[in-house]
Amino acid sequence: MTDLTRLLAHEMTDLLHSGQVSARELAEAHLAAVERQNPALNAWLTIEPDKALAQADAADRRLAAARAAGQDAVAALPRLLGIPVALKDLISVAGGQCTAGSRILEGYLAPYDAHIVERLRETGAIFPGKTNMDEFAMGSSNEFSAYGPVANPWDLETVPGGSSGGSAVAVAAYHAPLSLGTDTGGSIRQPAALCGIVGMKPTYGRVSRYGIVAFASSLDQIGPLARDVRDAATLLHAVAGRDDRDSTSAPESVPDGLLTITASDDEAAAWLRGKRFGLPREYFVAGMDPDVERRIREGVAALESAGASIEDVSLPHTDYGLATYYIVAPAEASANLARYDGVRYGPRLGDGDVLGNYLATRGQGFGAEVKRRVMLGTYALSAGYYDAYYLKAQKVRTLIKRDFDEVFASGIDALVAPTSPSVAFRFGAKLADPVSMYLSDACTLPVNMAGLPGLSVPCGLSEGMPVGLQFIGPAWSELDLFQVGRGYEAITSGAEWRAKEPAQLALADDPATLSPDQRIAGRA
Amino acid sequence: MANLSRADVEHVAHLARLGLTDEELSRLEGQLNHIVDQYAVFADLDTDAIPPTAQTIELENILREDVAGPSLPFDAVVGNAADRRDGYIVVPPIIGGDET
Repeated sequence: MTDLTRLLAHEMTDLLHSGQVSARELAEAHLAAVERQNPALNAWLTIEPDKALAQADAADRRLAAARAAGQDAVAALPRLLGIPVALKDLISVAGGQCTAGSRILEGYLAPYDAHIVERLRETGAIFPGKTNMDEFAMGSSNEFSAYGPVANPWDLETVPGGSSGGSAVAVAAYHAPLSLGTDTGGSIRQPAALCGIVGMKPTYGRVSRYGIVAFASSLDQIGPLARDVRDAATLLHAVAGRDDRDSTSAPESVPDGLLTITASDDEAAAWLRGKRFGLPREYFVAGMDPDVERRIREGVAALESAGASIEDVSLPHTDYGLATYYIVAPAEASANLARYDGVRYGPRLGDGDVLGNYLATRGQGFGAEVKRRVMLGTYALSAGYYDAYYLKAQKVRTLIKRDFDEVFASGIDALVAPTSPSVAFRFGAKLADPVSMYLSDACTLPVNMAGLPGLSVPCGLSEGMPVGLQFIGPAWSELDLFQVGRGYEAITSGAEWRAKEPAQLALADDPATLSPDQRIAGRA
Repeated sequence: MANLSRADVEHVAHLARLGLTDEELSRLEGQLNHIVDQYAVFADLDTDAIPPTAQTIELENILREDVAGPSLPFDAVVGNAADRRDGYIVVPPIIGGDET
C-alpha cells in the first residue's frame, strides 16, 4: 500500500470522497510519522492522538452520510474534511496548551478557540497537535524556542528557519500535508523556503487574528504552509475573511477561485504568458549566497521562457527596511508583551511584592531574544527617543510602502525575488550576532512593512538544500500570486529536484538518532 | 546616533519590568548598541514632509451597538492564574502591606 502521508491534501480529499481511504487511516498514518520522527526533529510541542482520532471518526461519519446521500452531497463537502492540519503553538485551541514557544506561558490552557480554529473545525479538519516555534515568533532559525531547536529534515545539522520552523518541518517531513503559521517579518516564507515547501503570507487583514498570541500587531499575519500551491490556496480559503472579533480583519471578499486553481500544467503555464514581473535590483544584496542567486535567476529565466516579461525595477528604500523593521516590530512587541506579568496566567515568580514579582517573572520567563527585543522596543518608545526612532521608522515605512505602490501602479503584476539570501544554516551559526540573524529576513520583511501578500515556492536546490523563490503582489492579490506560483510549478514540473524528498528523513526515522538539543550539545 | 550606557540599559530594563542579571545587562549593552548602530542609516534620509504609516490597509473604525454578549466561563478564565482564592485572583498588595 502506498504511504498515505506522501499524498498532497487534494489527493487525500479525492480518496476520502471516493471512500478509498478513511479519515482515521489518514490520521493514524500521520500520527505514526509524528511519533516516529519527533524525537529527531522536535517539530511538535504537543501531540494529541486521542483528540485527532476522535475528529477523524467524526469526519468519517460525515463522509459516510454524504456518500449515502449521493454525488452532490459529496461534492459539497468542505475540501479539508478529514485532512490533518498542524497548528503553530501560538494558535489557541480551547483546553489545550498554547506556549508561543515561551516558558512564560508554560501550563497556560487556552480558554477558547482562535477564529481560524473555529473555521477549521467547521470544515472538519483534523488537528494532530501544535508545532514548535521561536519564542513569541521572534527568530529566523527556531533556535529561540524555550522547548528546544527543530532540525531540518534535509540536513539534521541545520535549522529549519523560523519562526514557524515546526510548522514548516511538519509539512516537509510528511507529518501533515498542511500547517498554519504566522509571518511578521518572514516567519512563514523563510522556513518554507529553507524546508523546500510552499508558504504564503497573505495581505495584512486577510485572516482574523482572534485567538493568536500577538507579536507586532501592525505586521502579524496568519498564513498557510503546504507541499503544493493548490493545497496552500485551499487552506487560505478555509481561514480567510472578516471576523468581528478582530477589528483589523478586512471586509474583503475571499475569492472562490482559490479552490479551483487548475490541475492542468498546460493551463497553468499558459497563465504566465504576457505577465509582467518586476525584478527588484535591491533584493540581490551583497552577501547573498551566489549559488542561491543562481537558482533564483534560473527561476526567473524559466518564467521568461514561458512567455512572461521580466523588467528590472527599483525599490529604492529597501536598504532602510531592516532598521525600520527593528524599530517598529520591537516597539509593538514591547507593548504587546507587557501583559505577561504572572498575575492572570503563566508561572508567577518572585517573593511577594508586586514589582519584584514582575521583574522575576519576566526576567526568568522570557528568553534572550525576547528580552533583547522588549529592551529595544522599550528604548525606541522611551522619552526623548520616540521621535528619533519610532516616529522616524513610521515615516520610512511610508516610503517603503510607496516604493511598492509605484511599481505596481506602473503595471507590474508581481515582483519576483529571493525569499532568503541563503539556504538553511547550521545550528549556532547566527546566534552570536543578532544582526546577522536579522539579515535572514532582509528579503521578506519589507513585504510586511507594506502589508502586502508574499508567496514562497521551492525553486531548486543549492548543494542539496532547498531554495525559495518569492512572488510579491499588490494588496488582496493572493489568488493571482497562487496562479503565478502554480504556473511556476507547471513549467518546472519535470525538474529533477522536484522529485527529491528531504535527504535525511530516513535518519529522522531511526530511533538512535539524536535530538536537535543532543546534537548541538555533542558538537560543543 | 545615541549610544546606550550601562546606566541606560539598566533604566530601560526597569521600564520594561525585566529583572536581568549583571551578565545579561553587560551582554545587552553590547548587543543593543550594535543594533542601534544600524539605525544610523536614517541619518541621511529626509522625512520631514513624509506622513507616518501606522497601518497599511485603509480600514475605518466600525462601531457596533454596545450590547453584552455571551462571555467565557468564569473558571476557564480565572483558572489559569497562579494563585486563586474563592473565585478571585490573589495578588500582592499594591499600596502598603497592611492597609485594607
